Amino acid sequence: MAYLDHAASTRIRPVAVDAWAAASMQEGNPSSTHSAGRWGRRAVEDARESIAAHLGIPPDSICFVSGGTEADNMGITGIVAGRRAVDSRRDVVITSPIEHKAVLDPARALESSGITVETIRVDSRGVIELEHLRELLQIYRGRVAVVAVMWANNEVGTIQPIDEVVAMCRPARIPVHSDAVQAVGAASLDLNLPNTSALSAHKLGGPKGVGIFVNHNRYPIDPVLRGGGQENKMRAGTLNVPGIVGMAAAFDETFADIPAAIAKYRGLRDQIIEGARAIVPDVVINGDPENGLPSLAHLSFPGCEGDSLMLLLDAAGVQVSVGSACNAGATTASHVLSAMGADPMTARSSLRISVGWSTTGDDVDLFLKVLPEAVTRARQAGMSTPVEGRV
Amino acid sequence: MKVLAAVSGGVDSAVALARAVAAGHDVTAVHFALQPNPELVRNGARGCCTISDAHDARRAADRVGVPFYVWDVAGDFQKDVMADFVSEYEQGRTPNPCIRCNQHIKFAAVLDRAVALGFDLVVTGHYARISQDPDGPLLSRAIDPRKDQSYVLAVLGRENLSRCWFPVGDTTKPEIRAEAAGLGLNVAGKPDSHDICFIPDGDTAGFLERRLGARPGDIVDVDSGEVLGHHSGSYGFTIGQRKGLALSRPSADGSPRYVVGIDPQTRTITVGGREHLAVATITAQQPTWCRPVPAPGASLHVQVRAHGTPVPGRLAEVGEESFRVELAEPLFGLAPGQSCVLYDSDVVLGQGTVTHTG
Repeated sequence: MAYLDHAASTRIRPVAVDAWAAASMQEGNPSSTHSAGRWGRRAVEDARESIAAHLGIPPDSICFVSGGTEADNMGITGIVAGRRAVDSRRDVVITSPIEHKAVLDPARALESSGITVETIRVDSRGVIELEHLRELLQIYRGRVAVVAVMWANNEVGTIQPIDEVVAMCRPARIPVHSDAVQAVGAASLDLNLPNTSALSAHKLGGPKGVGIFVNHNRYPIDPVLRGGGQENKMRAGTLNVPGIVGMAAAFDETFADIPAAIAKYRGLRDQIIEGARAIVPDVVINGDPENGLPSLAHLSFPGCEGDSLMLLLDAAGVQVSVGSACNAGATTASHVLSAMGADPMTARSSLRISVGWSTTGDDVDLFLKVLPEAVTRARQAGMSTPVEGRV
Repeated sequence: MKVLAAVSGGVDSAVALARAVAAGHDVTAVHFALQPNPELVRNGARGCCTISDAHDARRAADRVGVPFYVWDVAGDFQKDVMADFVSEYEQGRTPNPCIRCNQHIKFAAVLDRAVALGFDLVVTGHYARISQDPDGPLLSRAIDPRKDQSYVLAVLGRENLSRCWFPVGDTTKPEIRAEAAGLGLNVAGKPDSHDICFIPDGDTAGFLERRLGARPGDIVDVDSGEVLGHHSGSYGFTIGQRKGLALSRPSADGSPRYVVGIDPQTRTITVGGREHLAVATITAQQPTWCRPVPAPGASLHVQVRAHGTPVPGRLAEVGEESFRVELAEPLFGLAPGQSCVLYDSDVVLGQGTVTHTG
């Protein structure tokens, strides 16, 4: 078996399992003041400090949440509401068309309450056009509530120029939110740049269901979850102590040697790309391998339905992701590839292959061993007719 | 064998899947996404295209422990089934979209793709039986006459049938439900689907009107030529239709009147008494044969509707492009576009699309 879908979720690290399991055995709520509560509170604060040290950010900028999606919702819905409460003219959200749905959906939902959502054009590699952002900031001067640009794209891996986005927004005191879920652990990044960011534990070997909303200097937000006032009233709900300490253990191991991890990922990724190119000379490399996540390859195999490839690879023990989202119903071309100007057929014939901390050369070898037959068969099976306008 | 099981989210295909697994095959389950916009089809609609149907299909695959995938064939479905459905009605014919779907999607596009991907057989939850004899595959009626679907499978022909298996055809529906319950499949009590899946509200006339627009015309008496009423589109009528004509006057003798003719060119609907609907001979085109082509003169049974009564007849002529049958007793209200399926006792011989009746 070769699991090559680490961008979806990577295997939990044994140290995280141990930390999670030990904390799960402890009774008590970290909000309680008795000894059991104090144990939990201390475990949470130790985790906060150690994670902050790894990320090079102040501990009080870390707000523990349930994952990347919640943190992105806070970065959009929470920030917009917080800003509007003090300045009702702030009615514009600027984002990119290649964001994760955890950013795009909350932004679109705000449109019904009178918010305008603008998206920054991206080029064919999936990089935002900074000149377009500059234009949008001009057009909506005095009205922008937040600019949200992801650090690295989850489908094609393109890394965005966050430093330049921040440099453009800071003089106008416009907050920047960045979804850094895919970037943490796979790229060097300075989380002090954006005002807020979203992180998820399970992408780097922590437990599922826990993540971080980074919020520098407690930028005022309207909480998405209200209740017991935990996390400085930013995020209510009993703290997920096992998840948080498990995440901290995963951070410890991830950040022990980031350059070595990046070098390993890049080596495996390049083997995948070169191997695929040798087998399928007309393979299309999507995204920006020069300035993209080292852990991810997004490839289109002309004439192959991505679904067919995935079925064949899965049956051969190789797990990858199709480059388009088929959600019970009809397959829709990925919004990311569409925004990058890819034609629908290229989008439908694509696979995302991503490596992680547990990937070995054997995984890549197995993928390259079974790829030729999968491509041959998928080509014979052909492509379905794309959906045209309604009959 | 490597088997691809098509799972709709209903009980029949779930049990067919389970039986394929129990038989020891290497099974992969596939659900077809037929609707370009599944979110628009309300959940609970008795079709096979809603998101809850896809969920039910996935759960059935989970229960029996096989891989599950959704195949998007919405583009083909739109082109070969929905567009064909609209165009056939537009031309005054009465198509059967389930047959078109079987012909072009479920057993053509899918079989070709399945074979290319390395599968040997496609399994579905259709009620029909299939076996082999020296002349090849033998498609025959299901044990449960109320559920028999051999009529809509006749279009498959010998080559497709040689790669199909219908594991539930030898069992009655109540037994299939009991088996599903015993296997812990949550679709055991799910209602049967009856509607055309892409018209879940059953309003075919409304569906066609939204696509074809109003095309008003006259309703004319077949004998007198008198205009008895008006309509907003000839595509809303089917030969043999009695209800919904809204005629201004009853017939002279008070007997009911039926649609006996549709002329989409002049937009004229002709109505008349039941005697005008009697059909003694049927000419059908584009035949597909499930058995060796029968010789002219062969006695057989003819069925023209999915759950119609077969009537005895005789094959009068048979050629590459068409066949003609003479019926021993008349059929009433047969519309061009319907499928004329020929049976030898319970065995399906073949079928063609009705073009002329006499």
